[in-house]
Amino acid sequence: MSRLGMVIDTRKCVGCQDCVVACQTENDVPQGFCRDWITTEVRGTFPQLTMEIRSERCNHCDNPPCVSCCPTGASHVEAFGKVVLVTANKCIGCKACIAACPYDARYVHPEGYIDKCTFCLHRVKEGKDPACVSVCPTHCMHFGDLDDPKSAVNELLRTRRHHTLLPEAGTRPRIFYLS
Amino acid sequence: MLEVTSTRHNALIDPSLHVWSWEIPLYLFVGGIVAGMMVLAGLAMLRLARGDDPRNFFSMQAPLLGFVLMNIGMLALLLDLTHRLYVWRIFTTFQVSSPMAWGSWVLIVVYGVLMVSALIRLPDAWPWLGREVPVLHKLSDAVVTRPARVAALGWANLVLGVSLGIYTGILLNTMVARPLWNSAILGPLFLVSGLSAGAAVMHITASLLQGRPAPQGMIGGAFSALLQPMGSQHPEKKTAHSLVRYDQVFLVTELVFIGLFIINLHTSSASHLSAAALIMSGPYALPFWGVVVGLGVLLPLAWQGLELSHRVAHTVLPAMLVLVGGFTLRWVMVNAGQMSHIVPIASLGQ
Amino acid sequence: MAQFTRRRFLKISTASLGASAVAAQWPSIGPLAHAAQAAQAAPAGVTTIPTFCEMCFWRCGGIAHLRDGKLWKFEGNPKDPQSMGRLCPRGTGAVGAHYDPDRLRQPLMRVGERGKEQWKAVSWDEALGFIAEKMNKIKAEHGAESMALFNHGFGQRFIQHALKSWGTINYAGPSYAQCRGARDVGFQLTFGSGVGSPEPLDIKNTDCLVLIGSHLGENMHNSQVQEFAQAIARKVPVIVVDPRFSVAASKAKYWLPVKAGTDVALLLAWMNLLVTEGRYDKAFVQQYGHGFDKFAAEIKGYTVEWAAEQCDVPAELIRAAGREFASHRPATIIHPGRRVNWYGDDTQRSRAIALLNGLLGNYGRMGGMFVAQGIKIAPYPLPKYPEHAKPRLDGAEADIYPFADEGITTAIRDATISGKPYPIKGWFVYSTNLMQALPSEAETIKAIQNLDLLVVCDTLPSEMAGWADVILPDTTFLERHDELLTGFGRTGWAALRQPVVAAPHDQKPAWWIAKQLAEKLGVGTSMPFKDMEEYLSARVEKSGHSWAKLKTEGVIMAEHKPITVEEGLALEFATPSGKVEFWSDQLAAKGFDAVPKYTRHPEAPAGMFRLISGRAPVHTFSRTQTNPLLHDLMADNEVWVHTATAVKLGLKNREYVKLKNQDGVVSNRIRVKATQRIREDTVYMVYGFGHTNKMLKTAYLRGASAGGLNSSYKTDPIMGSTSIHTNFVSFIKEV
Repeated sequence: MSRLGMVIDTRKCVGCQDCVVACQTENDVPQGFCRDWITTEVRGTFPQLTMEIRSERCNHCDNPPCVSCCPTGASHVEAFGKVVLVTANKCIGCKACIAACPYDARYVHPEGYIDKCTFCLHRVKEGKDPACVSVCPTHCMHFGDLDDPKSAVNELLRTRRHHTLLPEAGTRPRIFYLS
Repeated sequence: MLEVTSTRHNALIDPSLHVWSWEIPLYLFVGGIVAGMMVLAGLAMLRLARGDDPRNFFSMQAPLLGFVLMNIGMLALLLDLTHRLYVWRIFTTFQVSSPMAWGSWVLIVVYGVLMVSALIRLPDAWPWLGREVPVLHKLSDAVVTRPARVAALGWANLVLGVSLGIYTGILLNTMVARPLWNSAILGPLFLVSGLSAGAAVMHITASLLQGRPAPQGMIGGAFSALLQPMGSQHPEKKTAHSLVRYDQVFLVTELVFIGLFIINLHTSSASHLSAAALIMSGPYALPFWGVVVGLGVLLPLAWQGLELSHRVAHTVLPAMLVLVGGFTLRWVMVNAGQMSHIVPIASLGQ
Repeated sequence: MAQFTRRRFLKISTASLGASAVAAQWPSIGPLAHAAQAAQAAPAGVTTIPTFCEMCFWRCGGIAHLRDGKLWKFEGNPKDPQSMGRLCPRGTGAVGAHYDPDRLRQPLMRVGERGKEQWKAVSWDEALGFIAEKMNKIKAEHGAESMALFNHGFGQRFIQHALKSWGTINYAGPSYAQCRGARDVGFQLTFGSGVGSPEPLDIKNTDCLVLIGSHLGENMHNSQVQEFAQAIARKVPVIVVDPRFSVAASKAKYWLPVKAGTDVALLLAWMNLLVTEGRYDKAFVQQYGHGFDKFAAEIKGYTVEWAAEQCDVPAELIRAAGREFASHRPATIIHPGRRVNWYGDDTQRSRAIALLNGLLGNYGRMGGMFVAQGIKIAPYPLPKYPEHAKPRLDGAEADIYPFADEGITTAIRDATISGKPYPIKGWFVYSTNLMQALPSEAETIKAIQNLDLLVVCDTLPSEMAGWADVILPDTTFLERHDELLTGFGRTGWAALRQPVVAAPHDQKPAWWIAKQLAEKLGVGTSMPFKDMEEYLSARVEKSGHSWAKLKTEGVIMAEHKPITVEEGLALEFATPSGKVEFWSDQLAAKGFDAVPKYTRHPEAPAGMFRLISGRAPVHTFSRTQTNPLLHDLMADNEVWVHTATAVKLGLKNREYVKLKNQDGVVSNRIRVKATQRIREDTVYMVYGFGHTNKMLKTAYLRGASAGGLNSSYKTDPIMGSTSIHTNFVSFIKEV
């Protein structure tokens, strides 16, 4: 069964936020909200400095705390690609999932339901990549099936050093950052 | 040195999580009070079933009050929901892993038990109603005269009260993302705090009605029935005293559990240490130590101790302090908890 | 017959209300619902139209997507060589320009004093009639030469054409003297050709990239960033010279955090290093170099140790970086930069960069600087411009800046203030916010006082528009045709701009404004075509291409011609000597240094810090801050201060301060970014914020204006560019 995930090369990423605005136009994200964002981490003291730039979003975890806490099943794991989604007309807006997410990836949509990155499932089902992956000018983002040993994402994970976010939370995130 | 910046600025999420403000603490507080009241009522029912003086039983339960308080809590919960037209969705499924789902279904049973418990006392507590609807007397007698049925109702109150009290803590406890809540003692702590608050409420209502004859009219009878269905007699002085004694036990236990909670935070992980700072020295230190522990536990404990050894006059002020402390405990936990977050391993040692 | 009891009626009506409430919710809830709806709507509901972007001046080809006629999103055109199928964040956010609530909607005329920003709405006829009348009055009283044009943007083409047909000879864009002019002249003097845009740099194939002040990655020149990322993926060593730890610096093998203003010392030392250690392309110099021996003698004294002291970076770092980039020649690029007008000696600094490239022999080489090729598209037959009696007041004709080969904005402004060599009485300003773009706002305001007519044509109510007599609302690029783009690159190409959506209010495209104005000015014959479809299709068809095909594909590629020696290109240098001029006789003849010399620029006074500025990838100058999408990504700028400096001054991270420069100019409030990423003696901010036109509601008083703090500037004597990094600031804490 396929498990969709992302591999992002932080060496190439310049943090331009193209992924942020592409997602917003593709998905009609309400103004003032973002489903993905850029985090920069700078280490050291001048002039010995290093910086990692990451495009972050919902990690579509293999062990999603946002799904287990949902009282109505609105927050659920789709059969297709094991993508974590919210069914808006089942969501009551209790916000337990927001409190449960270690990545603060969700937000309250102005219409009342909880919203977040969907891996652009509507595009993926048409054979396209998510909007953020498709727009990135540095081509640093890769999307694919983590269960397919031959996929480009797995090839990258085999050959490059990588890390996930907050592995200590036990969520088993499916977004990997190459460093 | 480590500098971290993020471009995200989602409302209620950034710069710090704040999706729950006063509604959830109020609901948790009210739930805790009702849980406490149900446990006390359950214990009284079990003693009644074993042949104890009915007057002791009558003074230990106020299910109609519990029913009203529960509605206030539910209203607060409903106000918190941002998509509340769909609230019925909770009851179209049962999500085994969701404490909130458990709580929602348990609350249905809680309501049922509260209503049965109220019904059996109603005709005596509200004489006007008892005269208008005589069948209520028949219903009441059908339970009150049968020890087995009283015992069953008692166990129901006891079990549901404990469940309600603990669940409010478990709801928060299961969130790995919020290290401040990530302690197994949170459930028992909320239960004990609920018991203490429940006893305080009973103590206050008992003191209000002490020594007064039961009103015979409709309105007065309704009001009195709300506070403490007693029938023709009102609580005696020793009832209030026994409630104070119960409260002392609960307060001491609460103090122990708070101590364990603090120790737990300091002996777990970096994330827990960081969360502890929020209530030890950070923005919530004063509300926590000053109000929750000081005003809400230590002061009532000392004061009520003096009352019990007859050194000072008996008042309801300590009980009111307990209530202030109880609400503040939940308010601090819910708000400080949202501020706490996992400290990434990658950021340590910089 | 069933009786409708009141209760039953209520039951039915509430049920139907409930159903419609849910149904009304349905289209907007949840991604799956949306997906279902989209799947039903597409392909019927989605249309695509290609055009090229004008969110900056890279002009990437894109494809606009509409859902049921409403603008949805803008994506890259895979056929376009500038975007290669992917747009930068400004392009992706271009739909926001169409929806920008603060855009100009109709022509406005000033009521009250200039600069008070009080307007009345007028018709196009009235506005253009007023302009024509005033222009003709200026012509009668002073001559057409006294009507100047400032322009910056592809739409300028026909505005310029109409005015030139009427008799304007003084026209300029800030992109020359306030941006890359010095660079083009520096390279022209060395190689015989300027750099141009896009810069012909083979970053995709280079083995080493050196960035002097270029902050690629924050400076979002799309295809260049794409190639930069490709180079990084190939583990190509990058060398960055910048007082700030830019994004590019974070990916560099060597970062030289030089003291601001000392770059020429570094460049001279590198030249010295390469010549002394023989690490230069001797064959290239032998075959194509002119005056090399004199050049080598001239730079003899500029040792690495000397530069280390000037630049405040370790000598070993300079040496290691120099040896690194020299080792990869000729496939090494010393990036010419883009916005190079820093200290007033910028032509010479650019020439130094050109000379370094010359030493590396990378001209016309793969992995170095290729020779860009264009495309031939037949022109539309247009009447010639009239002869002019008076000389242009800038550039070669006036001999004030002997090597300037384009109009100089600040020279026009100087003439407007002084009235010499002849008065300038009218300004037509197209698509440039001169208030922020030109140095010294005070001088711009002073110049405006002498004008009989100030026209501003723009999409937004900029600070410059706030001073106008007449404001003409331009369309955004999404709503109009423009001249055909003919681009120079590895392969030449032509790109089409066509409207994808109608202008939402009474905005009109520049070509229409030009045509209407031309009619009113009596030079309607200068634009003898009905509309742009006629103009463009004629050009395209005449050149043997299909107009219909261009409308659906958006791009025409030229035949590929050799761009490097490797492909068979024969090198030519259009210099007086016909060779690469290591020694410039023409500079010497005009009294300038034949080889760049190092000038030690003034240091910051005690308690003050040099202010440098740059770009953000989500904004373009001062023209995108109200775009709702881009505003959301970055609503204001910050002043970068070293953490230690902040501590010394008692400044906390994210607290608000004001900056005061050496002339007493005080900025708007700006947040402090206390960081390790900058030298302790320097502060930095992104340019384009601190808007003061109240009509820019979401940008009003957000952040500080770098342009506003540029009150003290030096002018490059060689070609007239004006500096931006010659100001020092101190901090005023918010009480």
